[in-house]
Amino acid sequence: MPKVTVDGLELEVPAGATVLQACEMAGKEIPRFCYHERLSIAGNCRMCLVEVAPGPPKPQASCALPATEGQIIKTDSPMVKKAREGVMEFLLINHPLDCPICDQGGECDLQDQSVAYGRGASRFEENKRAVTEKYMGPIVKTAMTRCIQCTRCVRFTEEVAGIEEVGAIGRGENMQITTYLEHAMQSELSGNVVDLCPVGALTSKPYAFEARPWELKKTPSIDVMDAVGTNIRLDSRGRAVLRALPRINDDVNEEWASDKTRHAVDGLTHRRLDKPYIRKDGKLVAASWAEAFDAIKANWSGDAAVIAGDQVDCETMFAARALAGSSMLEGRQTGLAYDTSSLSAVNFNTTIAGIENADVILLVGSDLRREAPLVNTRIQKAIRKRGAKVFAVGPVTDLTYKVEWLGDDLSALAKAPKALADALKTAERPAIIVGGGALRYEGVHGAALAFASKYKLVRDGWNGFNVLHFAAARMGGLMLGYAHDGGIKALAAKAPKLAFFLAADEADYSLFAGSFKVYVGHHGDNGAHHADVILPGAAYSEKSGTYVNLEGRVQRGERAVFPPGDAREDWAIFRALSDVLGKRLPFDSLEALRVEMFNAVPALGVEGLADYGWSEPTLPSAVNGKIADYPIKDFYLTNAICRASETMQRCSAELVHGTQYLEAAE
Amino acid sequence: MADAAHTPNEADARAQFGAFAFSAENKKTADIYIGRYPAGRQQSAVMALLDLAQRQVGEETQTQGWLPVPVIEYVASYLGMPYMRAYEVATFYTMYNLAPVGRFHVQVCGTTPCMLRGSDDIMAACKNRGLVKGATTPDGMFTLNEVECMGNCASAPMVQINDDNYEDLDYDSMSAILQDLSDGKQPKVGTQLPGRHTVEPYGGATTLQAMVDKNHDYRGEY
Repeated sequence: MPKVTVDGLELEVPAGATVLQACEMAGKEIPRFCYHERLSIAGNCRMCLVEVAPGPPKPQASCALPATEGQIIKTDSPMVKKAREGVMEFLLINHPLDCPICDQGGECDLQDQSVAYGRGASRFEENKRAVTEKYMGPIVKTAMTRCIQCTRCVRFTEEVAGIEEVGAIGRGENMQITTYLEHAMQSELSGNVVDLCPVGALTSKPYAFEARPWELKKTPSIDVMDAVGTNIRLDSRGRAVLRALPRINDDVNEEWASDKTRHAVDGLTHRRLDKPYIRKDGKLVAASWAEAFDAIKANWSGDAAVIAGDQVDCETMFAARALAGSSMLEGRQTGLAYDTSSLSAVNFNTTIAGIENADVILLVGSDLRREAPLVNTRIQKAIRKRGAKVFAVGPVTDLTYKVEWLGDDLSALAKAPKALADALKTAERPAIIVGGGALRYEGVHGAALAFASKYKLVRDGWNGFNVLHFAAARMGGLMLGYAHDGGIKALAAKAPKLAFFLAADEADYSLFAGSFKVYVGHHGDNGAHHADVILPGAAYSEKSGTYVNLEGRVQRGERAVFPPGDAREDWAIFRALSDVLGKRLPFDSLEALRVEMFNAVPALGVEGLADYGWSEPTLPSAVNGKIADYPIKDFYLTNAICRASETMQRCSAELVHGTQYLEAAE
Repeated sequence: MADAAHTPNEADARAQFGAFAFSAENKKTADIYIGRYPAGRQQSAVMALLDLAQRQVGEETQTQGWLPVPVIEYVASYLGMPYMRAYEVATFYTMYNLAPVGRFHVQVCGTTPCMLRGSDDIMAACKNRGLVKGATTPDGMFTLNEVECMGNCASAPMVQINDDNYEDLDYDSMSAILQDLSDGKQPKVGTQLPGRHTVEPYGGATTLQAMVDKNHDYRGEY
């Protein structure tokens, strides 16, 4: 632990820390562009210069200099001030003065730092260089003249996203950042380069010229596009959510978010259900709330089935359960019917952050890149930083890293191929990840558990048994009992008279042909097409909700905007309906509902990882057959919100289906 | 490289070089280059292999060769590295041509020492023979480029034509070299001054004269 002195303040820093980190620990702000905590060190912007003794009598780049014993670091000396001014002047030589028309304005590192550390004027009188725009796909808009060549985007795509398609071509003044031959970036995480870009060279294409950052109301929320539970910030103006940005949470999403998380928000204003509908003579007709409630009352017999969709919050599911009773609940819309007697056996026990430490990982029928892109980046990290080995059972797909494919035959679980068995023998922290692509086959769950106990995946201080969900509502639903023995088919076989569908758009409605179907949701998608009554509810941005992510982490998001038209928050709909049905629910506010919910399921009351313990159910483990395919065919169109989003449709057309879009004529 | 020729259309390049593969001989050489690096580090051979590929393209097209996109991709996949990384290397170094060049690639040094010693005359000699900066002559013989220092300042001015340097040039000797080349003759490589062999002082030593014939201890004279 070297001791250094920063501006007269003596402090001890961890071994291996850089001078920049030492300065930060001392509470000093060091301006920087290329340095980023989560990327490798490049040291090419030279903005973080400080004076260090002993050493050469000149300013040194602090980001690339290790802190050593006895260093005396000065961050406020005249030499440092002059050096920063000089670097800033050089950076601004080729940077256009187009801040008024630049989308980065107001949240631009270069703008802020030139105010704080710049000279105030330039002495450069020659021509500035100009660079042609580069095409980077439907998410990233470029204005490469603004680029200061920090290479953060290059390092991000290589190290985190795992695609080596972005690079710097040319040299010296002609160096340009571009994707390979200007093809679209083939990544689910391309939107992150927009946040990483310290200037306005890479900006968000869907959000171009929409708003200035200071006009926006910022609301902390939780993403519902997948089961990772990405911590996001919803930026809204008036009634519209204009963008979603990741918040930093090292346990969940670090500071990344998938493109779907970021850019599906424009779907929140399209195809919305904004008034109740009743099916009359086969046609849905707009109605009042009272008429809709009366229609439901006519089919009410004291209990009902509830099918929860993939994006529902726990409060909604709890309110529906309180009204409909808990005998006919199901959340696994697509027909999965795995055993839920032990929640730990269907949980991502290693935790998202923990999977980074695994040394051997077996993927069973999980297309992580599409099902949970931010878990995929953790595995990428495990491989890069710790040399983890990844094996996979399932159809071959590009996961952005090296995978040893063991074929798609499930028998690999019963009898591990030699390469896998050998790797497991010496592994200290082995893990298995069972995805939805495998869980639908009978016996896979049991076989995976048997595999886990055979190779001791669960050992002291390490639990390597993971099931990967990809619905934001799944773990919360399971905690609230939204799992019927035998799955949705067995539930439908009970022929419920009345069935509530909580924004369930992926369910097979033909199973419920005999039921009176009430759709409580926000988008006019598959579910609304089949409903007998539609009650317009709130999307995730329009209600405060509790979500449990795939590792059992309880998180709460807040309401950013109000639901459109006559739509209401879902719990309030059930509360109002309960009055009409003569079974008044005992809560009049969200707070009261939460108290009830916490009493019923105490684990939901504590934010953070829920403790399911570890217990292994005894399940049949005979497996045969092959994994035919993965559940997610089109990453960009997995739920009603994305399907309503123009950006996601464009991404799907271009990146999944390869449609060529012509650039608009300038 | 404002004066660099434009890279040809990607589709054309793919049509022409899509089936590019190392010749048996070059494959052997390539594997020797790769073998010089430890296993798993074969990407380190990318520069040598790009050069090899460029030379093979040169042989195939009877020119000095260039690197069309499919050839860069071939080298990248030969080494198991992402296309972008190989492309970055190919665009960084000026010895890789990203556009076709003629049979003789004339690179005139225009950096300060050469300029002071008359590189403008060399350029004029090229221009008078019809060479245009950044372009290939219509007969496909010469491509002219101005480059930065090639490290032959002691025998400035100089040009590099293909793999050979021609030094101590003036207008006449440069014209003669170009004439020889277009006549299919091989001009004298290296310094063009009579009596000079390499970069030894022309006209005898001007310093350390006491050491020309025998060893001499200068230390007492400091």
